[in-house]
Amino acid sequence: MQLTVWTYEGPPHVGAMRVATGMKGLHYVLHAPQGDTYADLLFTMIERRGQRPPVTYTTFQARDLGTDTAELFQRAARDAYERFQPQAMIVGASCTAELIQDDPAGLALTMGLPCPIIALDLPSYSHKENWGAAETFYQIVRQLADKERKVPPRENRRPRANLLGPTALGFRHRDDVVEVTKLLADLGIDVHVCAPMGATPADIAGLGEADFNVVLYPEIAHEAARWLEKTFGQKYTKTVPIGVGATRAFIAEAATLAGVPVPADPDAGRMPWWSRSIDSTYLTGKRVFIFGDATHAVAAARIARDELGFEVVGLGCYNREFARDIRTAAALYGVEPLITDDYLVVEDAIAAANCELVLGTQMERHIAKRLRLPCAVISAPVHVQDFPARHSPQMGFEGANVIFDTWVHPLVMGLEEHLLTMFREDFEFSDAAGPSHLGGHAATPAAPEAAANPAETPVVTAVETVEGWTSDATRELNKIPFFVRGKARRNTERYAAEKGVTAISVETLYEAKAHYAR
Amino acid sequence: MTAVLAPPRPTGELPILRERGQREVFCGLTGIVWLHRKVQDAFFLVVGSRTCAHLLQSAAGVMVFAEPRFGTAIIEERDLAGLADANEELDKVVNRLLARRPEIKLLFLVGSCPSEVIKLDLSRAAERLNVTHHPRVRILNYSGSGIETTFTQGEDACLAALVPEMREDAVDQLLIVGALPDVVEDQFRRLFADIGIKNVDTLPPRLSKNLPAVGPGTRFLLAQPFLGDTARALEARGARHLPAMFPFGAEGTTAWLHAAATEFGVDEMHFRSVVAPGRERAKRALAHHAERLAGKSIFFMPDSQLEVPLARFLSAELGMTLVEVGTPYLHRTHLADDLAALPTGTQISEGQDVDKQLDRVRAARPDLTVCGLGLANPLEQEGLSTKWAIELVFSPVHGFEQAGDLAELFARPLVRRDRLTV
Repeated sequence: MQLTVWTYEGPPHVGAMRVATGMKGLHYVLHAPQGDTYADLLFTMIERRGQRPPVTYTTFQARDLGTDTAELFQRAARDAYERFQPQAMIVGASCTAELIQDDPAGLALTMGLPCPIIALDLPSYSHKENWGAAETFYQIVRQLADKERKVPPRENRRPRANLLGPTALGFRHRDDVVEVTKLLADLGIDVHVCAPMGATPADIAGLGEADFNVVLYPEIAHEAARWLEKTFGQKYTKTVPIGVGATRAFIAEAATLAGVPVPADPDAGRMPWWSRSIDSTYLTGKRVFIFGDATHAVAAARIARDELGFEVVGLGCYNREFARDIRTAAALYGVEPLITDDYLVVEDAIAAANCELVLGTQMERHIAKRLRLPCAVISAPVHVQDFPARHSPQMGFEGANVIFDTWVHPLVMGLEEHLLTMFREDFEFSDAAGPSHLGGHAATPAAPEAAANPAETPVVTAVETVEGWTSDATRELNKIPFFVRGKARRNTERYAAEKGVTAISVETLYEAKAHYAR
Repeated sequence: MTAVLAPPRPTGELPILRERGQREVFCGLTGIVWLHRKVQDAFFLVVGSRTCAHLLQSAAGVMVFAEPRFGTAIIEERDLAGLADANEELDKVVNRLLARRPEIKLLFLVGSCPSEVIKLDLSRAAERLNVTHHPRVRILNYSGSGIETTFTQGEDACLAALVPEMREDAVDQLLIVGALPDVVEDQFRRLFADIGIKNVDTLPPRLSKNLPAVGPGTRFLLAQPFLGDTARALEARGARHLPAMFPFGAEGTTAWLHAAATEFGVDEMHFRSVVAPGRERAKRALAHHAERLAGKSIFFMPDSQLEVPLARFLSAELGMTLVEVGTPYLHRTHLADDLAALPTGTQISEGQDVDKQLDRVRAARPDLTVCGLGLANPLEQEGLSTKWAIELVFSPVHGFEQAGDLAELFARPLVRRDRLTV
């Protein structure tokens, strides 16, 4: 048993729901107890969908247990077919139904429903959401792709590719598809089928008619892409186009697979210039901690170091299936890979990394808030604000523009940082005035957690006497701008502890500053 | 006031539609989300699957990040191999948890669908762990599983598990049963003090050491309609239930307070003079919204068992028209007064077959549909106004001072609909 408060991933049947909800003309019949319908609200609330997910739950209760549940399942499947008339159905069990051993697959297959039935076996006590999505998509492709429908000869037609991997509830999947479609169009390549998102079972049947596959999200599409390669000889892209460098590499890779010329110098958008402009100089060497799903984390690390000039001081992922990618990348940046799904371990690692920016999931956003660190979200799981109304891709050159803005925004702008340091004794820039970039003149608010649980909030707030510090040193500490004061204080106290200094003086403060200077 | 205190009419007059099929409802685990805020030294440990943890996370929203007093011991593949192993693993999790959280005085082991299907005996686990952790922590268990409980029934199961822990005392007292927001609980305590009822206590208490006593002198008012098992357990300890309407709106709150006043022999004139100011304030606050809501039709999908008393409030005090009042479970005795105050012929439905019920919603096209978050946006997309039901469980809505807020929760979606031009 594992003690958990927060999980990075849901159970595997939620992954299957993400595939089903992304598709059209497909229905999922899920053998599950009353209550499991909670997962619907992830789609209707977080992703703000205006339709119910195409899922029918058997919602059995205690009084149904026994021989009754198998019949309940068959009735639910029959009703779902009659009501929704899907082109194909997927059937499976949630964690509880897995234990009662009704075998939904076997039951559904014997019912003689007039559409293809795809049985899912998603072991919920050993696997999780991403795996469930990958397995579901793989089973759908394997069972619905028509092996007779192969790619036609190339004469007089444009090359075409399938986009594989986008699902419902995917972080920026909607806009990434738009961007990558545009990148391919610029190369003269058509998108044949985009799946699961937007595809029908009929579309899946024709997957084999594309020249090659574009794997947007390996966590979801890798298994299916490998099967398609084996079955239809379709090559697939290995580069995920997140970041300017990766997008250039992706364009070269896709052009090669399509047999079209690699463009010499594509317009890479504004990000390269923004990053070179002098206001970005202060970004140099900013210490950044990165955590998320492996694909987004690896891509973020490359952008952070090579395109923004940050120093990567931590790199990790929660999805063990792709740990190897993180290990390879971590070696490249000379950091210890962090493979864990325990957010407390991540919190400790962030606190220890002494970083200036955290790039992570919704969870890291809260960890960073608690530690008073700037943070930007780069990966699922995310909350409702990261399913924005505006166009907001991560992929392609527009994605790079978005990423530049998103990551730099939480940091104080270079000029602003300079001014704050210069005029730190001015009344307008005093602590009581609060940070101007955080919307006005309110005093630094206490984090909501602070009120609930004062003992656990790191004390990095405004002017105050500090235990273990001489009053001179406290005054000096308070002259340091608020947004770096917490770090200065932590460093000094760590330094003092190491040196066995009991009363921190101004001297100790500057000794520590010198010690930690880079 | 006499009208609202009319004797109950047999509920046989109300057509009741009983349905079985897909139920779009939460399980009882969700109750943890508000119960853990109420009982400040209790921890709720769900023994379940990743799905259970994911549900709590989805239901608790940002609360999850504030080191809340709940968690899930996730059953893994190796726990399923043999039961002895699962018990040992659970002990380890509990020991680690209690070492990390020394402020915890009461631990609930909360059963889930997976733990019940594998027949992991949590009552024996609680007994065993009580021996280890006595006297620092008391360990109890109840079921919040979807196969046993629907949404608010999780609170019922939790409170029922507390009843055997209450010490025996024959003294005359009034017990308010059901977790209420602190601000509401304080208002009720002040009102009862002014009315002249001296011994007033609440279940659940804010701290586990303040668990009230119970005995033949105990009379209790239910503050919530979903507390059937808790009421039965209290009655088994000699306590007596005071039937009343539930305290929503000016009339509901008056009737609820009146039931206790009558029982404790409070002078009628005195009672009226004490409640008059609050009652008047509530009526003024409601008048503000009545203009907007009167004549509008409303459809309740089943969610919390609050539907019947809320429908009574909206119909009797705000003039709304009831299309269908769905409830996951209908407790006829506890709801007798509210049912009696519903217009004759009100369609009540118990249980759910969600697709068929949605067909009825679409056919009736009510002005407002009260439903869960999984259905609200899809119905809005179809052009129907909705009020998401879970907010009615989390927000302070009982009593005089909240009557206006309660009406506003229903008025706001309609106001918004009128305002928007996009």
